[in-house]
Amino acid sequence: MDTTEIVDLITVVIDGFEVSVPKGTLVIRAAEQLGIQIPRFCDHPLLDPVGACRQCLVDIEINGRAFPKPQASCTIPVEPGMIVKTQLTSTVADKAQKGVMEFLLINHPLDCPVCDKGGECPLQNQAMSTGRAETRFEGVKRTFEKPINISSQVLLDRERCVLCARCTRFSDQIAGDPFITLNERGALQQVGIYEKQPFKSYFSGNTVQICPVGALTGASYRFRARPFDLVSTPSACEHCASGCDMRTDVRRGKTLRRLAGDDSSVNEEWNCDKGRWAFKYVTAVDRLTHPLVRNEAGVLVQASWPEAIAAAANGLKANTSAVLVGGRATHEDAYGFSKFARIALGTNDIDFRSRLSSDEEREFLAAHVVSSSTTYRDIDRADHVVLVGFEPEEESPIVFLRLNKQVRKRALKVTAIASKLSIGVEKLKAEFVKVAPGQEAAALSSLALTAQSIILVGERACESAGVLTAVAALADSTGAKIAWIPRRAGERGALEAGAIGNLLPGGRPVIDTPARVDIATFWGVPSLPATVGRSSDEIYAAVNSGSIGALIIGGVDPLDSDNSAAALEALEKAFVVSLEIAPSEVSARANVVLPVAAITEKSGSFLNWEGRARSFDAAVHDSLNRSDLRILSMIAEEMGAELNLGTVTAAAKEIASLGAWDGARASMKPVNPTDAPTLSGNQFILNSWRRLLDLGTLQKGEENLAGTARQTVAVISPNRAQAMGVADGDLLMISTSHGSVTLAALVENIHDDAIWAPRNSRGSQLLVNLGAGHGAVVTVVKL
Amino acid sequence: MTSLTPVLSAHWDEKDSFTIEAYTRHGGYTASKKALAMDPDAVIQLVKDSGLRGRGGAGFPTGMKWGFIPQGDNKDHYLVVNADESEPGTCKDMPLLMANPHVLVEGCIIAAHAIRAKHAFIYIRGEVTHIVRRLNQAIEDAYKAGHLGNGVDLVLHVGAGAYICGEETALLDSLEGFRGQPRLRPPFPAIAGLYARPTVVNNVESISAVPAIINNGAEWYQSMGTEKSKGATLYSLSGHVNHPGQFEAPLGITLRQILEISGGIRTGHSLKFWTPGGSSTPIFTDEHLDTPLDYEGVAAAGSMLGTKALQIFDETTCVVRAVLRWTEFYKHESCGKCTPCREGTWWLVQILRDLEAGKGTEEDLAKLLDLCDNILGRSFCALGDGATSPITSSIKYFRDEYIAHITNKGCPFDPIASTLFVGVGA
Repeated sequence: MDTTEIVDLITVVIDGFEVSVPKGTLVIRAAEQLGIQIPRFCDHPLLDPVGACRQCLVDIEINGRAFPKPQASCTIPVEPGMIVKTQLTSTVADKAQKGVMEFLLINHPLDCPVCDKGGECPLQNQAMSTGRAETRFEGVKRTFEKPINISSQVLLDRERCVLCARCTRFSDQIAGDPFITLNERGALQQVGIYEKQPFKSYFSGNTVQICPVGALTGASYRFRARPFDLVSTPSACEHCASGCDMRTDVRRGKTLRRLAGDDSSVNEEWNCDKGRWAFKYVTAVDRLTHPLVRNEAGVLVQASWPEAIAAAANGLKANTSAVLVGGRATHEDAYGFSKFARIALGTNDIDFRSRLSSDEEREFLAAHVVSSSTTYRDIDRADHVVLVGFEPEEESPIVFLRLNKQVRKRALKVTAIASKLSIGVEKLKAEFVKVAPGQEAAALSSLALTAQSIILVGERACESAGVLTAVAALADSTGAKIAWIPRRAGERGALEAGAIGNLLPGGRPVIDTPARVDIATFWGVPSLPATVGRSSDEIYAAVNSGSIGALIIGGVDPLDSDNSAAALEALEKAFVVSLEIAPSEVSARANVVLPVAAITEKSGSFLNWEGRARSFDAAVHDSLNRSDLRILSMIAEEMGAELNLGTVTAAAKEIASLGAWDGARASMKPVNPTDAPTLSGNQFILNSWRRLLDLGTLQKGEENLAGTARQTVAVISPNRAQAMGVADGDLLMISTSHGSVTLAALVENIHDDAIWAPRNSRGSQLLVNLGAGHGAVVTVVKL
Repeated sequence: MTSLTPVLSAHWDEKDSFTIEAYTRHGGYTASKKALAMDPDAVIQLVKDSGLRGRGGAGFPTGMKWGFIPQGDNKDHYLVVNADESEPGTCKDMPLLMANPHVLVEGCIIAAHAIRAKHAFIYIRGEVTHIVRRLNQAIEDAYKAGHLGNGVDLVLHVGAGAYICGEETALLDSLEGFRGQPRLRPPFPAIAGLYARPTVVNNVESISAVPAIINNGAEWYQSMGTEKSKGATLYSLSGHVNHPGQFEAPLGITLRQILEISGGIRTGHSLKFWTPGGSSTPIFTDEHLDTPLDYEGVAAAGSMLGTKALQIFDETTCVVRAVLRWTEFYKHESCGKCTPCREGTWWLVQILRDLEAGKGTEEDLAKLLDLCDNILGRSFCALGDGATSPITSSIKYFRDEYIAHITNKGCPFDPIASTLFVGVGA
């Protein structure tokens, strides 16, 4: 909590003990402050009070006036002069609570021995504390058909439900997806879905986690384990830059489930379904387990570690080399790559941006993002939030939840600059500034912001020239804060670690001599390369033109580029050392393949979009896989350079003692927007983004999760649809000189010049299919 | 001896009593004219002075309720009339609306003016199609005559027939298009009611009483009734009586007097037990024949005036069977929101079924009372409380009869004997 805020404290007496709590605190939570646990089911600190389960009844008097009957302590805020008697000191409250518990149990099945919740069940626990040892109920229990799928990943066991409405309130109040609701009445009341609209919420897994009984279960965990057989490790989510605190539960070396952790300053108690359920890639059957070296016949064969390390070192040493590190590396691994490039390879040719990118972006990151700190708390206090090149619900779901919370709580003003009105932006009740793809910069200049405002810039902002220049100008002129929110978990850490051509670790500009000297001294090397390194695209081009001969690549998918042909050509051509967890386009073309540890097998940290460290320990300890960092150290040693980064702890210590740059920031060269292209009758400008649930490699092997992905469609405006005679569901062929995709049409609120399709969903992999992602002119034909 | 004081029911026996012509013939719509010329605060004061109290059961002073609406807040205010009459035994609003719908329409105009509302809603239960039609016609006629539409609009909303929607906040949820379940209070409807705007929710009979008060004055109304329960009201007599029906009399009349006026208990039979205000009010027996039927009198005797639904049961009735029927109703109508009512009624029914069938034990009786204790005052709204009333009060007065079911291993009564068709075609 921010200590600068002045809080009115109210003192109340609970069970004879005085406690002072902020005004507005509910009695049940004031009691918690004293360590007095009042049993509860429907109460949840992040949901609006409902007072439905009646489990938390206590006796209350205010200034000598006693309530005639016990009150639900989860619905009543403290008041001056209040005296509360809980079950500990009031026989009335105690009997009331025991009575309610008995009622809850009469219709609850005795299937604890086979229920997933057994062992970690609030009903089970509180039945022990507040229930009777033996039942007085001799009647007939209410029964329902056993579990029904309310989505492909959530199952509902209505018999077990205690109707606390946590799940329905979460979906409505937190996620903004009121797709489940309570139906029917009396003891037959039940959670249900609208038959034509299953529970397709990106946040549905949270309902499973907050269900106080085993009524909601996840399809992928159901019947897999008993909670007491699991070993839990605090962890961080590797899927996006939101930075969720997580818990990974492992049984006998195998991850069985992941849960949202509790961090009030970041993800509160929530996460998204991708973070919760997409972890099977770690245990996929095709995991790389042994080093591979390409033999003289050109075939990758298993090799010993020393052999492979030697082969890698020799290849890198013999060539001019560059480094490509994907956006999924941990902060420590990225630092290893950064240091490796400078010390072992003597180059600044390193780029973590294995996606569409621009030089304007690189300068923007150096001038405005590195070492900056805009936080979730700033969103809580913002007077206006602008979204540009960013779809929070799809690209950083916890940022979406935070925005949604503030929109619901205090009608936070949100402005979205985009070509298509997305579901998420609609839920945020945002002002939708509709622009043609590529023309976002102009819309920025007309915004009136204050120093309390925040501009949330997505990584896609770099896909339109001049947008980042306009963002910087708007922030300069208004004092508004900038927050750059990349999609991948490792990008911010990689930026801070200097895994980019224009920056050294800690935001030190490569071209700044004192900054170079600073790092060189720290690393104990005579000097560092002084010219700004190449970007990913330039590195591939340099390989193809012959000026670079070797690449060391970690976690990069060459198909994430809009010129994947050039990337693949470069991979064929160069001597490639690939650090990977599973076979990929890179490892298939590599000369040396080195298996690395997946996220659950190693420790480390990610820096989320705020720049906040999200550290985690290895959840699976008996993995033989090494971290990227350890392998880089071994290669460097073989090459005669000293990385001295044998362990993650060593790297973390080194990063910490290095600190951030206190000299001048790099400046940014303004870039002008490009003019809008002139379109003929059936031409459109392409607009796309990646959906949360799509063909991303980290979602591999999780079919239940994939079942809730949004439908793949091509979105066009009503005007253009009318002109082309297109109705919802008609097939549209979108093509470029590179190729085409055919998708079902959806007529929606989108700029007339634009056509939208998901960037990497089933049937719509635009970078591969069209060789374009955003801003390209495409031809659209109705089939 | 107290006699009937027909005001609302004065002209029910006229063939065309429900028409706007008949209503106007007897001075209808003069009160609204008079009230609209008054300052809204003066109307509220007049209703306060009259001592009119809510006729839906709780007896909250109507004028005071209107006075809770914040004035000059630049918000829309709403008047909502609760016509979701569904308490077992209660049958006053439906006959009233059948025979004289215009008195409610005129009451709405006056009340809306007083609380500065431009919109009034009548929420009526869905099953009463004929009354819905009659009320719709009355509203249409009032619009044609210019009584409605000039400052006040009146909307008739037909509910789907859930008992819970008679609870005022559940009613508001249902009116807004949601599933009817009671809302957490505060905020109270006077602050955030329909569509989160200040709202007054009144019973049909309360609003219908207003035109006469405007026309005849607070003193006239005060002249009827008892010290704290002013005015006249509709008593609904049903069950084992010779002449069931509506009897409009000053508050404080006794059952003995009403029975004398109406023609008494079913001939040849004697009073066994009765409800003063519907099934949710603890039952009375013949020892309560002289209890004054006003808010205080009934409360002092351990029950509630409620809706003044006098359900009369003679000695042929098995109290266990009657209580079981009522409990089945509560189980069927429990909205499911809170645990004690939802699960409690589910359980109570099962125990009572066993008891009625002679399969119970004396421990079951103790358990029944203990469960009632765990429901009463523990549930979210008064529905749960109401469900326990018939059980606890019947065990209080007729414990022996429950025991007889246990020792007899069955019901000692002939269920046919209590029917109206007993002896027919035997």
